[in-house]
Amino acid sequence: MNWISSNIDRIVSLTISHAWLTLAPTILGLIVALPLGWWAHRSGRGYAAIVGTAGLLYTIPSLALFIILPVILGTKILDPINIVVALTLYTVALLVRVVADGLSSVPHDTVAAAEAMGYRGWQRLVLVELPVAVPVIAAGLRVAVVSNVSIVTMAALLGIPQLGSLFTQGFQLRLYVPLITGIVLCVVLAVVFDGLIIWLNKLLTPWRQRTVTS
Amino acid sequence: MNILDWFTDPANWTGSGGIPSQIGYHLMYSAVALLAAMAIGVPLGVYIGYTGRGEALVAGFANALRALPSLGLLILLFLIISPVVTGKLVYVLPTIVVLVLLAVPPILTGTYAGIQNADPDAVGAARGMGFTKSQILLRVQLPCALPLMISGVRASTLQILSTATIAAYLGLQGLGRFILDGRATANFAEMAGGAILVAVLAIVLEFSFAWLGRIIVSPGLRRVASKDSSPLATTVLEPAT
Repeated sequence: MNWISSNIDRIVSLTISHAWLTLAPTILGLIVALPLGWWAHRSGRGYAAIVGTAGLLYTIPSLALFIILPVILGTKILDPINIVVALTLYTVALLVRVVADGLSSVPHDTVAAAEAMGYRGWQRLVLVELPVAVPVIAAGLRVAVVSNVSIVTMAALLGIPQLGSLFTQGFQLRLYVPLITGIVLCVVLAVVFDGLIIWLNKLLTPWRQRTVTS
Repeated sequence: MNILDWFTDPANWTGSGGIPSQIGYHLMYSAVALLAAMAIGVPLGVYIGYTGRGEALVAGFANALRALPSLGLLILLFLIISPVVTGKLVYVLPTIVVLVLLAVPPILTGTYAGIQNADPDAVGAARGMGFTKSQILLRVQLPCALPLMISGVRASTLQILSTATIAAYLGLQGLGRFILDGRATANFAEMAGGAILVAVLAIVLEFSFAWLGRIIVSPGLRRVASKDSSPLATTVLEPAT
C-alpha cells in the first residue's frame, strides 16, 4: 500500500492518459461510423462490403496494428496518435454495422408516420430515424468503449504511458501491487464509461421510460 | 534497414530464431491452447445449453473477462503460477494456462447459444419422429449449433493468436519475439516484420475458418441461415483485441 501513496501522482497521470486514449477514439469512431453506417443501411452492396472489411480489420491483433500504422502514417512508433488511430479503426469497424442495424430496426410504421407528417430526407433521418436507433447504437458503443479500455493497455509493450505501464512495471519488479492497481483502475474506467453511455442513452430517449411505465 | 530488407535477408529465414521456426512455435502454442480450450468449452457448453443451468454465471464471467485487460491478466496469472512450476516449463505452462482461460468463454458461449438457438421446429419434428433425447442432441441440436460453435472457436483462435503475441513479453517464443526483441534493440524493421507476419497469420486463419464453415455446416442449415443471416451473425460480435 506504501507503493500506492508514494506513486499517487504517476497513477493519476497514467489514468488520465488512459481515459483520453480510450475516449478520443470512441468518439471519433462514432463520428465516422454514423455516415458510413447510414450508407451501409441504404445500400445492400455497401452493407456486405462494410461488414466484410470490418470483420477482417478485427482479426488484426492490436499490437500488430500499433506497429503497422506508423509505417502507413509516417508517425513515430511512440506517438500516441497511432493508438488513437488504431482504436478508431476498431471502433468504426464495430459501430458501422451497429449503426446500419440500428437504422434498419426503426419500425416501418414510424418511418411512414414521419413521412406523412412532412418529414423528408435529412430531416427524417436526423429527427426521427437516428433518435429511434439510439438504444441499439448505445449498446454497440458500450461494447466498443469497454474493449477500448482493455486494448489501450497493449501499448505498454511499446512504452506508451497509460495504465498498462503498471502491468509491465509489476512484471519487471515481480510485484502484485502495481499490477493489481492497474487492473482495478482499468475495470473502474470501463465501468464509469459504460455507465456514462447508459446515462446518455436514457437522456436521449426520454420516451422509452414512459412506455415502460404505462 | 527497411522492412523489405528484413524480409529478404536469408539470415532471418533460418535457425532457431528464424521466421519459419517462430511461426511454428506460434502455431504450436496456439494449437495446444485451442485444443485444451475446446476440450473444456465444448462439453461444458453442451451441458449448459442442454440443461440451461449456470447460464447467467457463464454470461457474467464472459462479460467480466472482456473488461479485464488480457495483458494484465496474463502477467497476473504468470506471477501466480510461475512460483509453482519449475524447470523449462516456467514460461510455457503459465502462458498456455492463460491462453486457455481466455479462449474458453467464446467457445463456451458459442456452443450453448448454438444449442439453445437450435430451430425448435426441427427439435420438435425429431421428437415427433421418435428420436430419443440423446439422439436429438447428437443428430439435431449439435449440427444446428455448428455455425455458432465455429464462430466461437474462430473468436477464440484469434484471441489466442493475439495473446500468444504479447506472451513473448514473458519470454515465450513465437512471432511476438520479433516485435519485442525489435523494440528492445530499436530495430524497427524487425518489429514491423513481426507485426506484419502476425497480421497475415490472423487473416489466413480467418479465411480458413470461413472455408471450414462452408464445408462442415449442413447445406440445409446454410439455406435457412442465408435467408435471415442477421440473428445468427450478430450474436458473436466482439473485437479480437
